Amino acid sequence: MGLKSFDPSSFSLGGDAFGLTRLDYAVDQIKRHGVNWARKHSLWPMPFATACCGIELMAVAASRYDISRFGAEAMRFSPRQCDLLIVAGRVVMKMMPVLQKIYMQMTEPKWVISMGACASSGGVFDTYAVVQGIDQFVPVDVYLPGCPPRPETILEGFMAIQRIVTEHGIVPSTERKGLGLVVTAPPKTNVALGPGLAASIGNN
Amino acid sequence: MSIIPDTHPVVAMIERIIGNPLVILGGIAAALVAPVVVLAILLQFAWFKALLASQMGLSLIFAALTVFILLHLAGLGTLAERKIASWMQDRIGPNRVGFWGILQPLADGGKFILKEDITPDHVDKPSFILAPFLAFTVAFITFAVIPWAGYVKWPWMPADAAPLHTAVANVDIGLLYMIAVGSMSVYGVVLGGWASNNKYSFYGGMRSTAQMLSYEVPLGLGLLIVFLSSGSLSGNKIIDDQINGVGGFAIWNIFMHPIAFILVLVAAFAETNRTPFDLAEAEQELVGGYHTEYSSMKLAVFLLSEYVHMAVNGALIMLLFFGGWGLLPFINGPLTVDNHSWWAMLAKYGIIWGKISAMILFYIAIRWTIPRYRYDQLMRIAWKGLIPAGVAMLFIQAVLVAFNLHTHKHWYVSLGVNLVVLAFILAMLGRSKNPVTGRQENMPHIQVVPA
Repeated sequence: MGLKSFDPSSFSLGGDAFGLTRLDYAVDQIKRHGVNWARKHSLWPMPFATACCGIELMAVAASRYDISRFGAEAMRFSPRQCDLLIVAGRVVMKMMPVLQKIYMQMTEPKWVISMGACASSGGVFDTYAVVQGIDQFVPVDVYLPGCPPRPETILEGFMAIQRIVTEHGIVPSTERKGLGLVVTAPPKTNVALGPGLAASIGNN
Repeated sequence: MSIIPDTHPVVAMIERIIGNPLVILGGIAAALVAPVVVLAILLQFAWFKALLASQMGLSLIFAALTVFILLHLAGLGTLAERKIASWMQDRIGPNRVGFWGILQPLADGGKFILKEDITPDHVDKPSFILAPFLAFTVAFITFAVIPWAGYVKWPWMPADAAPLHTAVANVDIGLLYMIAVGSMSVYGVVLGGWASNNKYSFYGGMRSTAQMLSYEVPLGLGLLIVFLSSGSLSGNKIIDDQINGVGGFAIWNIFMHPIAFILVLVAAFAETNRTPFDLAEAEQELVGGYHTEYSSMKLAVFLLSEYVHMAVNGALIMLLFFGGWGLLPFINGPLTVDNHSWWAMLAKYGIIWGKISAMILFYIAIRWTIPRYRYDQLMRIAWKGLIPAGVAMLFIQAVLVAFNLHTHKHWYVSLGVNLVVLAFILAMLGRSKNPVTGRQENMPHIQVVPA
């Protein structure tokens, strides 16, 4: 079942399965908009920053981009208390067991963002020492393109995780299938500057 | 490759509804009106009136009310913490859940309840499970002796009946009980740190033990100064002194005992493990400190008990130094201890909770202002700063009591002595040299011994 393939109108309105399907529908709605509503608005990230992507991750928490609007500024450094693993930067083979251990220590339900070209595919580090994509070892939910990704892309990726939570929140991360490779789109247009910043730069 | 689709229309509709400020304001208004309506209905029944008029019933109602308010205050405290942090750092803060992010505590709580609860293999299981609930319970039972609103006499009570007290337990040694139970709060932290069987948790627990033991002393000294001055351990008597006045003059204790206030304030910050004394959970050094291994609801209980602890220390400070339920510092208002009417009781209850909330906001503002102390600085502040000052002030207060100059009528004597001692302490601080810590230039180089 794809992300948008759930169509409530496709249920039959009568017959033997009437009660069952309606009950299913109600339970599904409660799961999505009750349980998963709480989950998606309280995603506490676990930053696994190994390289320059970590700097952009810090910028997301700072005043201009402000990830706290989504309730996700509470970065906990204990994996037991986190919901979202953000792998920011290249991961070498020696670091891989650490990443896997941290992933295993996180409590369900958990989601993973692979941030930047290096974490997603090895990037320019096409060597035997660097992991060519962390998805060979941990299940990744969203890949962020960029070297490093702009903070806007990170926010977009975070909102993509929120949408995944609404659709798949109950399913454990290891059993989440059918999503394929989820890549967030970078912003299509230039980001509009605020009036103060535009004036100080001198163009609009 | 698939691009994630847009937000589901049902989700968008729900978020639009709860994001409407009118919906939120309506909810708050309903939450305020509903208890009044329920109370008005219940007051039609004789058994409810009898329940209110009995001491046991009133105590039970106040206990339930306190727990109810505290749980909500702790939830809103987390939101206030994040909002104030955001404003101080030029950010916006949570604003996606409900209008102004007001439902953020609900989302956090819902997530915590539904998260996987891990009890790691290597922990000491009974202590590991006991620790958060010990912290929680101790933080709550401290509230038993707070005199919420003095005494009350309902209109339907007989004229010769004794007025009922609004403290859950009106004991004469009330504040002694508070110190005794408050010092037990170290158990939750230490037990959590030790039972986790993890070196970072262990360090957090160890640091917290030494810190809390050290700061119990200045807290006790600060309280003793006030007890000497008022001659009682009862919260009602101490508030009565500040509002009704002894010898016809009413003044808050903050103007009589500023040094004691500083002692208690600093010790309260240390007792609650708040910045600048949050060494027990120093994130940069100890991952999460004593709650590194805790997840799900056990962690939430730890976080909740921190806010409850802040509230109890705020209540203590308000009771001792800011006149409890008194509104203004110099005025003998209508809200005295002798006013037993029900409207005065409600007003007192509102004022004391307002003061506690203001104190919590002060805690939060300090958290985002002052960075954390180093461990040796922490110990130096307690043992070489606060405790000598407290002992000196205690001695001076005893001398004042001997010459009968301690009453609120002679408040200027107490204030003058305090200011002189404060000036002396500042002069000593100016003359003292910073202690030598860390590695110095003239030390010999460390010899590396070959293996």
